[in-house]
Amino acid sequence: MELITIIISGILIGSSVYLMLSKSLIRIIIGTALLSHGVHLMLLTMGELKRGNVPVLDPEVSNYTDPLPQAMILTAIVIAFALTAFILVLALRMYKEIGTDNVEEMKGVPHDD
Amino acid sequence: MTTNILALLPIMIPIFAGIIMLFMGKRPVMHRVVSGISGLLMILAAIWIVAHVFQNGTMVTYIGDWMAPFGINVVIDMASALLLLTTSIITFAVVVYSFQSIGIERERYYYYVMVMFMIAGVNGAFSTGDIFNMFVFFEVFLLASYVLITLGGTKIQLQEGFKYLLVNMISSNFFVLGVAYLYSVTGSLNMADIYLKLEDYDGSLVIMTIIAVVFMFVFATKAGVFPLFFWLPGSYYAPPMPVIALFGALLTKVGIYAIARTYSLFFIDNQAFTHQALLLLALLTIILGSVGAMAYTDMKKVIIYNILIAVGIILVGFSLMDEVGTIGAMYYLIHDMIIKAALFMLVGFIIYRTGKADSERLGGLIRKHPVTGWMFLVAGFALAGVPPLSGFYGKFFIVQSAFDNDHYIAGIIVLVSSLAVLVSVVRIFMNVFWREEMDFSTLKPIKSDKLLFSSIGLVIVSVTFGLAADFLYPFFEMAASSFHDPASYASYLTEVE
Repeated sequence: MELITIIISGILIGSSVYLMLSKSLIRIIIGTALLSHGVHLMLLTMGELKRGNVPVLDPEVSNYTDPLPQAMILTAIVIAFALTAFILVLALRMYKEIGTDNVEEMKGVPHDD
Repeated sequence: MTTNILALLPIMIPIFAGIIMLFMGKRPVMHRVVSGISGLLMILAAIWIVAHVFQNGTMVTYIGDWMAPFGINVVIDMASALLLLTTSIITFAVVVYSFQSIGIERERYYYYVMVMFMIAGVNGAFSTGDIFNMFVFFEVFLLASYVLITLGGTKIQLQEGFKYLLVNMISSNFFVLGVAYLYSVTGSLNMADIYLKLEDYDGSLVIMTIIAVVFMFVFATKAGVFPLFFWLPGSYYAPPMPVIALFGALLTKVGIYAIARTYSLFFIDNQAFTHQALLLLALLTIILGSVGAMAYTDMKKVIIYNILIAVGIILVGFSLMDEVGTIGAMYYLIHDMIIKAALFMLVGFIIYRTGKADSERLGGLIRKHPVTGWMFLVAGFALAGVPPLSGFYGKFFIVQSAFDNDHYIAGIIVLVSSLAVLVSVVRIFMNVFWREEMDFSTLKPIKSDKLLFSSIGLVIVSVTFGLAADFLYPFFEMAASSFHDPASYASYLTEVE
């Protein structure tokens, strides 16, 4: 089971790298979203995927599942969601202001005068 | 055991100030008042914390009374306390500086709110004792900084802001990955607890080295260390001056603090590889920063490349991991935060007054602004580390430690880099303030009393810090102890048990 999730997260991260290397803004943004998904899957795998009992401290239970990775993923997902929302709005603004979504054309520094 | 609220004040004050300002709506003058007052309150709280930590040792707050390895706790040792104090001073200065420079439109659109949220994140990252919590605070200040870098929506800000955002998003994802690996190895998130668990770690060194490299990738991107600094000169060039001053003084330093913390607490088993690699990268950063600082005549660019030099020098101190080196690194860290903010503000004043950023096209300003000119020279000397000023002590200890550890090349590079800093800053001074006079009729009539108040105020703070370095030595000795002797940082856990 671990092996499958690791491979899946590898595929997700690989495709996110492919998308982020492209020149279109929207593709890059989808790439960052996929990257965070891959990382979250990896985080889940790191807490060991196993069938255990409820994550509640109880002297009767000896086989716990670890609630911490899930708590961390929840936090990380919320943060990734906020970032994706922000970067989408930013991309819209950039398209309106610069008039293109091609990152190749977004370089150079204005000089004074 | 009660929750000590004092340790949380540096995080709570800016968050509450930000929320209050959000509810006020678009009332710039009220925003100024609230953010100014909260800046002052933060300074008072931070002074209180420094005094408290100096007397009673490391201050620990268990949030919600969950005991240490299970709950999130705020751990403020001397290093964190000093950084909190410096952050508060710089925040207050930048907020006052913004009154006359950021422009009413940005002020109306919640500029101060974002500054306050960013400071909350920075203070949180400095004071948390939990590695995942540190990630969350990193995201808090990064999200606010994304808004600050793009606020105003000029073309350059949008294009550079997008690059900044993308680079930081990728490195944040790797931060999560690094935390995940670390958690799977140690089964803990509390930094002191991880240290204790790794003390009798008998697993594979390779795994720990890989985790160390992942963390180095993450924090080196945030701090602007050698192979990953490429985003820094472009992105820091885009936003208005007060924002650059905040970023240059604080954000890279949070990355350095995180490197110092993780490399002293977690990755101490394979120092021959990890710390040597860190030293090498730091030296390359210094060299490239020096080249950049000498190559440009644009004042903003020169100071931005000086950030890289400072990052390298501080990391040299932390990578040596002995007492003298870490004391030097702490001195230089605090010194550099203050003096970088001061220099950016002085350069900002010149740019606002003349409308030009290229120092070659200015000249003779000493006639119009004698005090500013000499203050700029003093700040430049302090940055280069001329003896009675504050930069000297940090460099002295770092170089001494480098020679003690037989890293002669490292010591020499740090010394020679001072020369590059001196040349780059004095060249700005000579171009802008000496030479034949430029056409004074092109000067812009701006209100500048608050600009000069905060920039010259920070230079005076820096000079005072340099003159009082001897008196402050016990504080820095205490601050450095949690880096070269990490057991003292983790002692709050062992004492409880």
